[in-house]
Amino acid sequence: MKVLAELAQAVIDGNHARAGELTQQVIAQDVPPKTILDDGLIAGMNVVGERFRVHDIFLPDVLLAAKAMYAGMNHLQPLLIAEGIPLIGKVVIGTVRGDLHDIGKNLVGIMLRGAGFEVIDLGNDVSPEEMVQAAKEHGAPVIGMSALLTTTMPVMREVVERLRDDKLSTDIKTIVGGAPLTQAFADKIGATAYGFDAANAVDVVKRLSGLS
Amino acid sequence: MRPFAERLQAGDVLVGDGATGTMLLERVLDDGQAPEAATLSHPDVLTELARLYVEAGAEIVETNTFGGSPLKLALSRVEGTVDEVNRMAVAAARAGAGDRAYVAASCGPCGQLLEPHGDTAPAAVYDSFLHQMSVLLEAGVDCVFVETMTDLTEATLAIRAAKDVAADLPVAAMMTFDRTPRGFFTIMGVSVTKAAAGLADAGADAVGSNCGNGIEHMIDIAREFRRHTELPLIIQPNAGLPQTTDGGIVYDETPAFMADRARALVELGVAVIGGCCGTTPDHIRAIRTIVDELRS
Repeated sequence: MKVLAELAQAVIDGNHARAGELTQQVIAQDVPPKTILDDGLIAGMNVVGERFRVHDIFLPDVLLAAKAMYAGMNHLQPLLIAEGIPLIGKVVIGTVRGDLHDIGKNLVGIMLRGAGFEVIDLGNDVSPEEMVQAAKEHGAPVIGMSALLTTTMPVMREVVERLRDDKLSTDIKTIVGGAPLTQAFADKIGATAYGFDAANAVDVVKRLSGLS
Repeated sequence: MRPFAERLQAGDVLVGDGATGTMLLERVLDDGQAPEAATLSHPDVLTELARLYVEAGAEIVETNTFGGSPLKLALSRVEGTVDEVNRMAVAAARAGAGDRAYVAASCGPCGQLLEPHGDTAPAAVYDSFLHQMSVLLEAGVDCVFVETMTDLTEATLAIRAAKDVAADLPVAAMMTFDRTPRGFFTIMGVSVTKAAAGLADAGADAVGSNCGNGIEHMIDIAREFRRHTELPLIIQPNAGLPQTTDGGIVYDETPAFMADRARALVELGVAVIGGCCGTTPDHIRAIRTIVDELRS
């Protein structure tokens, strides 16, 4: 459908006004909400994610594309909920306690939403208790944690240990990421997985959610 | 001491200092605490750090004010006003430097994304930097180091704020680049070419790079800056990327390694060579030795 391709293009161009308009337009044409989501907004974000991955575009372009995606989602979300159409999965994300650097975490959130996940973003400076509580409340099977400061990385271990103590480790998986992190660190603290960049994080979350 | 600007113009090689933040983490900061907190709780440690760097051969020491702009400070739960945090940091650095080294005001990013990518208006960012710069200048710095910038607009606002406070205040501006298959870019997508032109247009007296992934990348970055600008260059690399070990966080580039690679920076005519995260007085001492050797 041509207008859905135009919607995807508006997301790619980071044109939030046009993305909002086009979403309303296709809704008015009775296109199924799930089709608008998959073939419009997510299709656009897929292109953005791929271009970002190969360094063809940079963070500012992704942020603008995300704004456009959200402009469309604002119109679409009520319809998806009303029709009981679930998103592909749920993820709780946050930057750990003491860490105020949220660009990386936001980027992962954008990419996850762009891939069709419901993202519960707890923001930055999040305590281990809040992380675990939110995952339980929302029934999210994955917690994604980000740290940029080497000094805040130990907080990630607290989340992993809390899940283990609460006997939730089988139901709630953990993925960690951030500039100073490595697979070795993730292994050492007992996190389920490590995401080396935002695109990789989406693949890993899909795997942890049993989607691939 | 001759004015800093004169030294920059004279074609000298000045040795800067090493890390402040990672040194404070080892000594006084708790996990997750902002470095500026140490200015209020341990000014004596800042003075001692400045003294150690000067004794190691640094001719410039930076103030502990990287996150001292009002916008950034508001995020970091530091007790104390913008005026206190910046004024006390200058006094502490000066007490350690005496008349043996220049005191450079460190100015880092505001911690917010600027419009249209984020929600913060450029005018608010400019006002925030202007406030910080006016306190720093009044407290008596010799120059300003705008550093670790990734957004060119933000970097130019910091440079302009410094120049608007005092047009003759020397300003060095540094951005942080990652190597990509398409060349060096900041996370906000600024190339070295664009940085060199944009920072110069805003009025920077020296341009270059700090932080990042070790000194070998920095040699390539310096070479690229050299191709695009006649301005003096300033290069302050990390001692590599932080590695997590059982004993804590380590940076793996040794003083000997960094000093050896610093030869290439001297040969490229870099005017200021210092260190960022993970570098210590030992790194600076080793770099000092190489610089003296090459310049004698």
